[in-house]
Amino acid sequence: MSLNRRSLLKVIATGGVAATASSSTAAAAPEHRVAPAGAMGMLYDTTLCIGCKTCVVACKQANDRQPDPGPWGSEKLYDAPMDLNADTKNIIKLYHEGDVRSYFKAQCMHCVDPACSSACMLGSLHKDEVTGVVGYNPDYCVGCRYCQVACPFNVPKFEFSKAVPKIVKCELCRHRVKEAATVVDGFTRYPRGQGPACCEVCPRQAVIYGKRDELLAEAKRRIAENPGRYCQDRIYGETEAGGTQVLYLSHVPFEKLGLPEFGDRPVSEVAYRVQDGIYWRLPFVAPVALYSVLAAVMIRNRRAEAGMSEKEATQ
Amino acid sequence: MNGQTLVHSPVGGKLMTGPFKVLLAVAGIGAIVALYRFFLGIGAVSSLNDGYPWGIWIAFDVVVGTAIGCGGYAVALLVYILNRGKYHPLVRPAVLTSLLGYGFAVLAVTIDLGRFWSLWKVTIFFWRWTHSPQLEVALCVAAYNLVLLVELSPALFEKWRSSPSTSLRAWSERGLRFVDRGLVWILALGILLPTMHQSSLGTMMLLPGPRMHPLWFTPWLPFLFLWNSIVIGYAVVVLEASFSAAVFGRRRETAMLTSLSRVAAWVALCWVAFRLVEVAVAGKLPLVASATGIAFLAEVLLAAAGAAILLSQERRAQPMWQVRAAILLLLAGALFRVNSYMVAFSPGPQWSYFPALPELLITFGIVAFEVVLYIVAVKTLPILGGAAPAAAQR
Repeated sequence: MSLNRRSLLKVIATGGVAATASSSTAAAAPEHRVAPAGAMGMLYDTTLCIGCKTCVVACKQANDRQPDPGPWGSEKLYDAPMDLNADTKNIIKLYHEGDVRSYFKAQCMHCVDPACSSACMLGSLHKDEVTGVVGYNPDYCVGCRYCQVACPFNVPKFEFSKAVPKIVKCELCRHRVKEAATVVDGFTRYPRGQGPACCEVCPRQAVIYGKRDELLAEAKRRIAENPGRYCQDRIYGETEAGGTQVLYLSHVPFEKLGLPEFGDRPVSEVAYRVQDGIYWRLPFVAPVALYSVLAAVMIRNRRAEAGMSEKEATQ
Repeated sequence: MNGQTLVHSPVGGKLMTGPFKVLLAVAGIGAIVALYRFFLGIGAVSSLNDGYPWGIWIAFDVVVGTAIGCGGYAVALLVYILNRGKYHPLVRPAVLTSLLGYGFAVLAVTIDLGRFWSLWKVTIFFWRWTHSPQLEVALCVAAYNLVLLVELSPALFEKWRSSPSTSLRAWSERGLRFVDRGLVWILALGILLPTMHQSSLGTMMLLPGPRMHPLWFTPWLPFLFLWNSIVIGYAVVVLEASFSAAVFGRRRETAMLTSLSRVAAWVALCWVAFRLVEVAVAGKLPLVASATGIAFLAEVLLAAAGAAILLSQERRAQPMWQVRAAILLLLAGALFRVNSYMVAFSPGPQWSYFPALPELLITFGIVAFEVVLYIVAVKTLPILGGAAPAAAQR
């Protein structure tokens, strides 16, 4: 008996370890997702932004968000949010260190491979197949907040003070779009009043919207035209964290603005490789195989035990 | 002693004892605070925030709570897979603790979920299922609760078998036969499901990627979680058996717990070794010399200390040392889980989290209610093995 037990244990143990190992040590990293052909996005340029925060105001109006008095509490005189929150989908921050200053606009990055939607159980946060916009549908949201845990940019916010809360994040004003987009000056444009509110009101065109490809081309044009103006001549979001649809040009290092160096792979890659390696590469094979082995071992044990007790009875 | 001769019997005796009333009061306070949360939102009772969206409700009530519910899993592995029939008397009480651990984890999740009324959709709307590791956890935990109910149902049937109602008697005989015939398939599910979701609980914390401290960010995290659930499982079984013996006057199966302790020691030691080797091989040892490194050291040292006690043959045989070691192993396992979900997770320096009082009261209430149900179950249902029916106490 003991020999059988040991060998069976070994089978189970190696099976389990192999399932984990095969996924974790997959040497050749698979290609990650690319942006859909019609991917819409935004391009924000720190050298153009004057910090007027018109975008913050317009965003609140376009998205029915309440004013947030911030540290001014009950005076009811201010809308002064400190950061992205359940009433603020878009915020202007200021980085200053010595003489160096830069404004920074934070909102959802609309990742090419969004960690938030990888976290979401029923696809409440879903990346649109055509526009690539990461939208939110509360109908399938259980309010678990795993998206908040997963997002490397700390973007999704939750209505902690409501009995019927929702997740709040920039959805690129997708609710405003009603008619088909047209191309104006080389940029894909929705009719007036239908594009992202922040881009429409920006007096300096520090943030513009269009197709991701067009915006990348525009960013590269600006870099080529203005040598030495932009930090590392780099477009943040072109490849960072697997690519984002909101792109940044900056005259200060990106990490000073709260855009960390994540490398060029999606942050969710390790989790994906493990989860897909165990459950989805060969769909359900691992659990079914383990189940069969377990049941087989138990049936065998039962039979052996029945035989043993018979023997005991005759002794 | 094997399965065929095993007799379970209710403990009996008065329910409304002093400590029981205290537990009821703590549970009641928790329930009132929970009511408050349902009307005014999560922010009204907790210090959860947009940086730390998960706090003790998830890290302790759910992630540690389900691990405490792994007693049934850990013992089932021994009894049914490794065929150590001698541990059979531990199975039923362990399954009860498991059902309570998992049941209350679901209750805690319901309090934590902002939109709990949509939770049922997760189990039904299969066409919307994603590859989220949390979906795997949710489905498996739901299924495992059903499996545990079936595994425990013989306790209820055995009670009804002697009921005055003829139909109830016939019904419970049929139920017992049904469970007995399908036992292998049910028990196999009872091992498969925890294997799946306990590892997925680890996979879940791989998703935050760069927001996780490297000491906890490893593709082996699912394996560490799975192994850790078995360590916690054995610790809980030892503690539960000792508790029942001390409080309900049942004969303590010290010899059995001694040999179980030996198993627990080696399982824990393997976990410690794997944890250290993984960190060393990945070149993360220098990170141990940091503030967060202390949390890592604590989980490893606690587990090593618990295992060390139980490796000594002399100490292992003494109930007091068994209990001490089990507490150390439980703490080590729980700390690893809390570390993975809270300490290792960093959304940035501007965010902080420390549980608020009402938040703690809800957690205390859940734990108290869990113990209340345990006491009610063992006093009224045939759960504990050993002693003869305690009819005299009634």
